[in-house]
Amino acid sequence: MTALSLSSVNKSFGDVHVLKDIELSVEEGEFVVFVGPSGCGKSTLLRVIAGLEEASSGEIRIAGEVVNTTPPAKRGIAMVFQSYALYPHLNVRGNMTLALKQERQPRDVIAARVAKAAAMLNLEDYLDRYPSELSGGQRQRVAIARAIVREPKLFLFDEPLSNLDAALRMNTRLEIANLHRALGGSMVYVTHDQTEAMTLADKIVVLRDGRVEQIGSPMDLYNEPVNRFVAGFLGAPAMNFFPAGLLSPGDRRITGLRPEALHVDPDGPLEVQVSHVEQLGGDTNVIAQMQDHQITARLFGQHAITEGTRLRLGYDPARAYHFDETGARLG
Amino acid sequence: MNKARSKPVNALAMHGALILYTLIALFPVFIILINSFKSRRAIFREPMALPDAESFSLIGYQTVLKQGDFLLYFQNSMIVTVGSLFFILLFGAMAAYALSEYRFRGNTLMALYLALGIMIPIRIGTVAILEMMVATGLVNTLWALILVYTAQGLPLAVFILSEFMRQVSDDLKNAGRIDGLSEYTIFFRLVLPLVRPAMATVAVFNMIPIWNDLWFPLILAPAEETKTLTLGSQVFIGQFVTDWNAVLSALSMAILPVLVLYVIFSRQLIRGITSGAVK
Ligand SMILES: Nc1ncnc2c1ncn2[C@@H]1O[C@H](COP(=O)(O)OP(=O)(O)OP(=O)(O)O)[C@@H](O)[C@H]1O
Ligand SMILES: [Mg+2]
Repeated sequence: MTALSLSSVNKSFGDVHVLKDIELSVEEGEFVVFVGPSGCGKSTLLRVIAGLEEASSGEIRIAGEVVNTTPPAKRGIAMVFQSYALYPHLNVRGNMTLALKQERQPRDVIAARVAKAAAMLNLEDYLDRYPSELSGGQRQRVAIARAIVREPKLFLFDEPLSNLDAALRMNTRLEIANLHRALGGSMVYVTHDQTEAMTLADKIVVLRDGRVEQIGSPMDLYNEPVNRFVAGFLGAPAMNFFPAGLLSPGDRRITGLRPEALHVDPDGPLEVQVSHVEQLGGDTNVIAQMQDHQITARLFGQHAITEGTRLRLGYDPARAYHFDETGARLG
Repeated sequence: MNKARSKPVNALAMHGALILYTLIALFPVFIILINSFKSRRAIFREPMALPDAESFSLIGYQTVLKQGDFLLYFQNSMIVTVGSLFFILLFGAMAAYALSEYRFRGNTLMALYLALGIMIPIRIGTVAILEMMVATGLVNTLWALILVYTAQGLPLAVFILSEFMRQVSDDLKNAGRIDGLSEYTIFFRLVLPLVRPAMATVAVFNMIPIWNDLWFPLILAPAEETKTLTLGSQVFIGQFVTDWNAVLSALSMAILPVLVLYVIFSRQLIRGITSGAVK
């Protein structure tokens, strides 16, 4: 069954057209990630799904039912916010049980669900603390626990990790992945961090300026991007682009090469001047100039390359992508 | 305070200035208090002296408590002040929430219209207000005063509170909506506690002018049973003779309740509330 389906959803704020003809479906138990640059409408889309904003047109179905006019609390969703949004006047237990009390669930059900969620997120010792007495990571876990206890048909996450530091972010990311496995719930997750998107998603939705650019599994998007935007957005370091005319005069196309597709080759076609070298231990990122174009090469292992040297780089032609002037992918 | 950053000299100068200011500000109050406990002659002979065995006298307090219905005046002032503050805060906060939270046609216009009230003194409309009160039969009731003071306080209250409410996290309100809280619960349980310091500021700003006002009590409610403290104290100030003992005693007693209210509100101002709700 489909957990969520959107058909030609539009949203405008006054004259500003923020979401344009969004078509999307989320299968039951699927983990779907929305990615896109800042301001592309990810949060707005999530809020439209949650019912916090009304769609200007289009149809939203959750678990088969049209919910366009259903208030947020009755949509069978739970949401985790970037800023945690815990109730300051309630302790952790109070935060977790508020929605259940509003739904008039029996006490024993509430107690059982709180115990289960607290165990899942290691919050048993903090149930009587107030949000102001918790660390950032703990607050975010409380926010997630508050969503879990509702046993919703659909989980919505709006950049839940962006306020955490790098190490905590990685841990919480794993925790969310484990939760998804344990609960089997359908999840929609917004981020602008492409690592989060690649590692968590069953399906990624790439948005730009309120439009869906491409939908697919992480590897589909990585291997077969439909256009230059998607190709450049996924993968780190980002894909290199340069006019194909640099190598074969007269060619009007744009060539895209992933940094990991490049290698040092004395007979290679790309002649570059190294401007910077990043030694990461496992990998070496070489940032170089080819005429006016910056080229990044990701070399496996450690390489002693000094800045300012001239190098030739080669690549497997089968791993090159080609785009036309508008950015659409060719062949 | 951060020890490492504050130099002792600076701290000394700062505290010196603050103490000096406190002394200057409190001096008149102090003079009123000590003189209210002195005999009439002592007040005029040595106004700065503390009351001693010879000059000590409670005659002022006795006059005040005997004359007129001082306790009733007191009660009237209290009812008017607390009632007006309650309505200013309630309606001000509700209007501010509506203006800051909901997008509706005419929102900006409405906010500007309300802000206009800050610039136009309500006393300009005294005659019209009096006519209205006569027409509605509210003259010589405490409601007349409460309504006027509420109207007088609302513009600034709405203005200040809507600024603060705009800063309350949207995520928090949205979390409440998803959890099934009604808009009223979100307003009273989530938003109001977070703007408590601003509410206290508004309360303190409005309290003292209302408590001290002479104009509207004189015009709208001069009857014996609706007199406020300020109006009631006027009987001691005659055209030819003024009973200074009574005036000073009445003033001293009038300070007390304002002080209590102030302490209540300023605790709210100072209390570092609800950090950790968001972020
Ligand atoms: N209430 C609103 N009124 C008018 N415009 C809005 C409103 N909310 C959002 N927008 C506009 O909609 C666009 C999308 O905003 P949104 O918050 O969805 O972006 P986002 O993709 O979540 O960005 P970020 O990654 O920075 O969170 C922005 O251009 C924003 O200015
Ligand atoms: Mg966002």
